[in-house]
Amino acid sequence: MFMIEQIIFIICLASVGYIAYKRIRRIIQNIRLGKDEVIKDNPSQRWQNTLLIAFGQKKMFDRPLVGLMHFVIYVGFLIINIEVLEIIIDGIAGTHRLFAPILGGFYTFLINFFEFLAVGVIVVCAIFLIRRNILRVKRLHARELTKWPLTDANLILTFEILLMLAFLTWNASDTVLRERGVEHYNIAGIGSFWFSGILSSLFEGWDTTALVVYERFAWWFHILGILGFGIYVTYSKHLHIAMAFPNTYFARLLPKGEMRNMPVVTKEVRLMLGLPETTNGNSDTSVSTESADATPGRFGAKDINDLSWKNLMDAYSCTECGRCTSECPANITGKLLSPRKIMMDTRDRMEEVGQQIESGKEAFTDGKSLLDNYITREELLACTTCNACVEVCPVSISPLDIILELRRYMIMEESSAPGSWNAMFSNEENNMAPWKFSPSDRFNWADQLKSGQ
Amino acid sequence: MSETINFQVPTMAELMARGEEPEVLFWVGCAGSFDDRYKKVTIAFTKILNKLGIRFAVLGTEESCTGDPARRAGNEFLFQMLAIQNIEVLNGYNIKKIVTACPHCFNTLKNDYPALGGNYEVLHHSQFLQQLINEGKIKLQGGGEFKGKRITYHDSCYLGRANDVYEAPREVLQALDAELVEMKRSRRHGLCCGAGGGQMFKEAEPGNKEVNIERIEEALNTNPNVVAVACPFCMTMLADGIKNKEKETEVKVYDLAELIDRSL
Repeated sequence: MFMIEQIIFIICLASVGYIAYKRIRRIIQNIRLGKDEVIKDNPSQRWQNTLLIAFGQKKMFDRPLVGLMHFVIYVGFLIINIEVLEIIIDGIAGTHRLFAPILGGFYTFLINFFEFLAVGVIVVCAIFLIRRNILRVKRLHARELTKWPLTDANLILTFEILLMLAFLTWNASDTVLRERGVEHYNIAGIGSFWFSGILSSLFEGWDTTALVVYERFAWWFHILGILGFGIYVTYSKHLHIAMAFPNTYFARLLPKGEMRNMPVVTKEVRLMLGLPETTNGNSDTSVSTESADATPGRFGAKDINDLSWKNLMDAYSCTECGRCTSECPANITGKLLSPRKIMMDTRDRMEEVGQQIESGKEAFTDGKSLLDNYITREELLACTTCNACVEVCPVSISPLDIILELRRYMIMEESSAPGSWNAMFSNEENNMAPWKFSPSDRFNWADQLKSGQ
Repeated sequence: MSETINFQVPTMAELMARGEEPEVLFWVGCAGSFDDRYKKVTIAFTKILNKLGIRFAVLGTEESCTGDPARRAGNEFLFQMLAIQNIEVLNGYNIKKIVTACPHCFNTLKNDYPALGGNYEVLHHSQFLQQLINEGKIKLQGGGEFKGKRITYHDSCYLGRANDVYEAPREVLQALDAELVEMKRSRRHGLCCGAGGGQMFKEAEPGNKEVNIERIEEALNTNPNVVAVACPFCMTMLADGIKNKEKETEVKVYDLAELIDRSL
């Protein structure tokens, strides 16, 4: 009997590993659809950011209560995974609570601690479901958060509650079996568990066979749930649990006001002005996606392959929390722009192109593009480039970078600026100022000062 | 300070002809040169420089737009045309240090120009004034015009989030011995005035409110006597907001330089 269970377990494990491998490879290939960008500078600062912002969740605590609740789930997730290690070894070897005899009294403490975290996760997930669906917190309801994104959010929370319930009731049924001294369960030296101890009264009236069936069910549900969830996550906004770390590491360190330079343009402008080609500029290649000599694909970005791979990694790191959108001046005042939607659109387009590649078709031949099919010009034009979205993102995503690249495409490739921007451009070109004043009047402000008025 | 001070606004061309170099170049910017309201800020800052005997110069008619609105609107060609020409002028005069009262100019000169060959020490006037206060060069008379007045400071995005300058303008205001009151959204979470990224030069996209109205409502909630700004665009947007709310007689919008100049 146990042999069959072990074989089934190993087959499940291998299948999940294979599916996950394929899916992770797809995600990496999708990110690589983006342009090359060398991000190697200042590793010590990058590690420090990863430690504080990703591991330490520093920015989550901008909103202390939600930050704390999220921290409970985060710690619960990280630490309960230690238990998963035992479950997997037990599953393969056909053993039961393999670590108990090795760890002794510490094992009892550990499981109690896991149970404490599991209860914390259940409570917080329940509060999050209430906030989202009953209190209807404003930032969790927007035009981009309908259909799949809405279901996705609720599925994640419900699933986490179920997994934790399975863990607790597994311990509870197991405790009763251990107390009855049933063979395979009668491991000596395990103390009592506080939370599942309360639950075990529910199982005390059950006969031993039913208990074993429930114990096996809960064990299988818990571990298959975790493995299945692992695959689900790769299709979900919940992928932030993995992507937050590399994304924070690779996040830009430059002042947020600095815009990515375009060396190709520099080369042309210098030629036009009759200047030597070299700029004596900082060889600051970390902010440019192309070298001056590379043949330019497009100016700016029309589709995901015009963006940098870091922009695409940003999109996979977004968990749609909407802190960006809730601080966006355009969104606050009812404009169409939502920085969260920019990230969701980028990800959706990436997945779409990825599926084309997966099904053997040539990528980018569907006549669609990120601009227009996903992100409209009205959204792009509403951005004040205020950096509020970039500042608050807990995992260091920059929606602004994508917005600005798409704007460059609109203006430089299509010349499709609003009329008033064209007027501003022409003033800049002819009068060296965005307004229609004569350059020769630029210094007139000093006249009254010099005349002593 | 003497009222009969003879104000000087030397240009780089004049200084060069005399074989002199300034301590600092005052980059006036387009709004500072042409916008009637912000010209007063330019004049206030020039007076401060004169009163303190700082050896400065301006470019005068040799200055052009830094290219910020063109770049943020997506017109990289136009931006680089302006930027590279400015860099030729600045490097031609061997400029080392620049101060400007415009956060957009500040950001562009400081962050965008190095990749194009323009490397300078760039200060926003709030940082420059803060240094002068800390060095004891600016000594404000006790009981000045703004003593005890309620002042709320509106963070400019291009000074704050774009360059992490949050404290310098506040320290300057504290020197006025005024009562500094913070809006709900301030510093890192400060709400934009609505003018950045080229918005100053076009109609807002359809929505249910103008950004400057949202912001001025928040500012007015602090019951201020003065809304202090450090950016020409914020000045325009918030002054328009106050007019919209018909509060222009009770609440004034001033730039930091004006507040300091009037208290010197």
